[in-house]
Amino acid sequence: MSSDELIWRIAGGSGDGIDSTSQNFAKALMRSGLDVFTHRHYPSRIRGGHTYVEIRAADREVQSRGDGYNFLLSLGDSFARNPQEEAYYGNEEIKPLSENLDDLREGGIIVYDEGLISEEDVEAIDLEARAEENDWHVFPMDLRGLAREHGREVMRNTAGVGVTAALLDMDLEHIEDLMSDAMGGDVLEANLEILHEAYETTREEYEFEHDLRAPEGSHETEQALLSGSNAIAYGAIDAGCRFIAGYPMTPWTDVFTILAQNFPDMGGVSEQVEDEIAAAALALGASHAGAKAMSGSSGGGFALMSEPLGLAEMTETPLVLVESMRAGPSTGMPTKPEQGDLEFVLYTSQGDSSRVVFAPSSIEEAYEQTRLAFEIAWDYQLPAIVIYDQKLSGENKNVDVEFFDREPKPDLGSTLTEDELAEAAHDASGKFKRFNYEDAENNVAPRSLPGQKGGRYLATGNEHSPVGHISEDPDNRVAQMTRRIEKLDSIREELNEEHESNQTYFGDDDAEYGIITWGSSHGAVHEAVERLNESGHSVKGMSVSDMMPFPETEVTEFLESVDEAMVVEMNATAQFRGLIQKELGRFGEKMTSLLKYNGNPFEPAEVVEGYEVNLADDDREPTAQVRIEPAAGD
Amino acid sequence: MSAFNAIGEEREIDRDEFTPSVEPQPTWCPGCGDFGVLKSLKQALPEVGKTPEEVLTVTGIGCSGKLNSYLDTYGFHTIHGRSLPVARAAKLANTDLEVIAAGGDGDGYGIGGNHFIHTARENHDMTYIVFNNEIFGLTKGQTSPTSPKGHKSKTQPSGSAKTPIRPLSQSLTAGASYIARTAAVNPNQAKEIIAEAIEHDGFAHVDFLTQCPTWNKDARQYVPYIDVQESDDYDFDVTDRREAAEMMYETEDVLNEGTVLTGRYYVDEDRPSYQEEKSAVGELPDQPLAERYFDEDAEWERSYDLLDRHT
Repeated sequence: MSSDELIWRIAGGSGDGIDSTSQNFAKALMRSGLDVFTHRHYPSRIRGGHTYVEIRAADREVQSRGDGYNFLLSLGDSFARNPQEEAYYGNEEIKPLSENLDDLREGGIIVYDEGLISEEDVEAIDLEARAEENDWHVFPMDLRGLAREHGREVMRNTAGVGVTAALLDMDLEHIEDLMSDAMGGDVLEANLEILHEAYETTREEYEFEHDLRAPEGSHETEQALLSGSNAIAYGAIDAGCRFIAGYPMTPWTDVFTILAQNFPDMGGVSEQVEDEIAAAALALGASHAGAKAMSGSSGGGFALMSEPLGLAEMTETPLVLVESMRAGPSTGMPTKPEQGDLEFVLYTSQGDSSRVVFAPSSIEEAYEQTRLAFEIAWDYQLPAIVIYDQKLSGENKNVDVEFFDREPKPDLGSTLTEDELAEAAHDASGKFKRFNYEDAENNVAPRSLPGQKGGRYLATGNEHSPVGHISEDPDNRVAQMTRRIEKLDSIREELNEEHESNQTYFGDDDAEYGIITWGSSHGAVHEAVERLNESGHSVKGMSVSDMMPFPETEVTEFLESVDEAMVVEMNATAQFRGLIQKELGRFGEKMTSLLKYNGNPFEPAEVVEGYEVNLADDDREPTAQVRIEPAAGD
Repeated sequence: MSAFNAIGEEREIDRDEFTPSVEPQPTWCPGCGDFGVLKSLKQALPEVGKTPEEVLTVTGIGCSGKLNSYLDTYGFHTIHGRSLPVARAAKLANTDLEVIAAGGDGDGYGIGGNHFIHTARENHDMTYIVFNNEIFGLTKGQTSPTSPKGHKSKTQPSGSAKTPIRPLSQSLTAGASYIARTAAVNPNQAKEIIAEAIEHDGFAHVDFLTQCPTWNKDARQYVPYIDVQESDDYDFDVTDRREAAEMMYETEDVLNEGTVLTGRYYVDEDRPSYQEEKSAVGELPDQPLAERYFDEDAEWERSYDLLDRHT
């Protein structure tokens, strides 16, 4: 017997090994033939505090964390044993159990570590009564004791996985393989012993009355489990990026770390520098000198990058920046996702901007659009920004390995060789007309690199003449400004003609109701649209990735084809809806917003509920922590 | 064949090559000390055998920022205070380039102070010239980090309550391996010091005293000066950190009282540059990174080969 889907939540304190354990378990599920999707919830502290990872696994594509979950492995927060009685964080070993119960589905399973979580504490939260009410199946196990007996206390994760496997009737083979890959010697021995004993003990001690079993599935091709951060880093590698400069900031740090660890073996250069102004300025300097370079940050750090960003636009220096959004303003909620930096990224830095902004909505798109960002940036000599969020950054999903099997593309776009420079236009002093607006094709002025013969010019952040000298001549200003801004039209044209659309469509083509979203909210919305259609509604969805230049035609066609639309995004001020209205100059009366900004990403059910409430057209408020912002004029 | 043939070219180089043959003419005021920096660079570069096309000058904003408009090399005129991060990355991306950064005292010691500390700390192989005229010039005469205490300006009308920064001492503390001060009014020394700074392997910081005849008429920083290497009164070992530190401290105390000492303050030929250090730990490729993009035989690793750890 197998179930439709498993959503396994492992909870404990930060530092309890939740991350690595879940990573391995997710891989084991993937290797058993299932599609997996992970969701990570953690506080902004190093040790202790409530943290969990959810793994959703099913024998079909999974694109979101799903609604709630059905298996809780609660380890007990080993860092909650604070010696100070009155300490802020208190003595709350039980938190990984008590904090998670609200989202556990009816009929779900609870395994908790009675070695760490005391009987009195469990009584205090009325677990028994709640379990009865919700038909939960509770399995207290002394995971800590078991781990101690055969190895060390930290191995209680392994015991928990053993119990999980037993309760779900899973084969231990994949878990054992992964353990052997990750460790060796006595540590491996001890872990294997703990795994087996936990497995056997559970099977001997309990009769399983619950229905939940691990789903069964198979993959036709080899799968890889990776995060959005991996995908962005790998997209950069395959685009030929070999220079990265950064300053650590959650969640951007993941991309930075992955590249910093891989670059030495790839002949690349990575620099951790004094601040984000320096980071982006370094990427700019490296790009100016001829390397494919990138930098990035999260909201607060990206704020510092607005200077180098504008300088890149004015000097037409190619550059890729990534911005991993977390809840703001200011330091906001460092470890929680939000889609609140869209307007900031589109408009930060002074003057009229000529930049490209992509907002990938999945792991695959994160890879594709990072590659595309490099291609566009180097072809058109401007900065390209990849905006994503803490959710996409940290979630893991299985992707077909073959998806990544393609050629690297390290070429420097419209950068001239010395032979080409010899043919190019120069002024009377022999200076290369780098910013030549007269022969610009697609508004691009190809560049030279310092050290090349015949390429001397001045790159300046001031408005400048064709050879780069400061100029306030009105005719020159208009010619240069127009060319820089009109690059966006050329790029839009190229994106329309030569690339597959970055926008994703789903649902019923003929539907009269549309849901439109962007970035990482795509998964939950996509699933919600499928669910709505299954239950007899007629809805279609669109997920937009091109933020600048904006895909005017595609969004217009979508909005024209529906009577009403709901815009779903994770922020409080409906920034994406604002962008649509600004770019298209209409549809204000057609679009209602469904907003969420409590620090957790959308679950599909919330989108479904938002749709239903909106359609009911009454004063009903949705029950979840989401907000409806009516259409303009409503 | 290299993609950067201007680099390392050996030929007789005329200093006139560094002067743009058409506009722009300098917009600096008559009598401005900035002309002195421009002149010493034009003299020093041919002397050390650098061609205009293998040199990248990176400047900040202000009067000093216009240096590379009047000097015909490859140039990047950046933004206020940010010349150093741009310059050091250009050097990391193409280690064969001759990279010279320049900016003013407000630019380099004020808004760019953080970058100054860290670039010196890391000892990047480059030259950094700070045009020090103790004033904000292009924004019309405001107090700068090197203006003397009590200096009156429109933004500090009652006289500055701030003690001026000690650029030489700060540079030494941060880790620069070549530190000198020179003055526009001493062109022979200036040329020599700039040439030495360019040839030095490591972060060479030159605090270049430039008079501002328009906004800082009262400053006495530029006459008379004493060359510390020439004077018998100042006997110290430029390779000795402690002695150098003491000399700097004394100089910086009297700078605003009419006595100006110039010359080399600290020279450490032994400290490896950041590029060498980074290369030693395997974080900087042997072949200049920028060359690789033109190398048809170069092998480009793929992310596909990293997927083992994800399956």
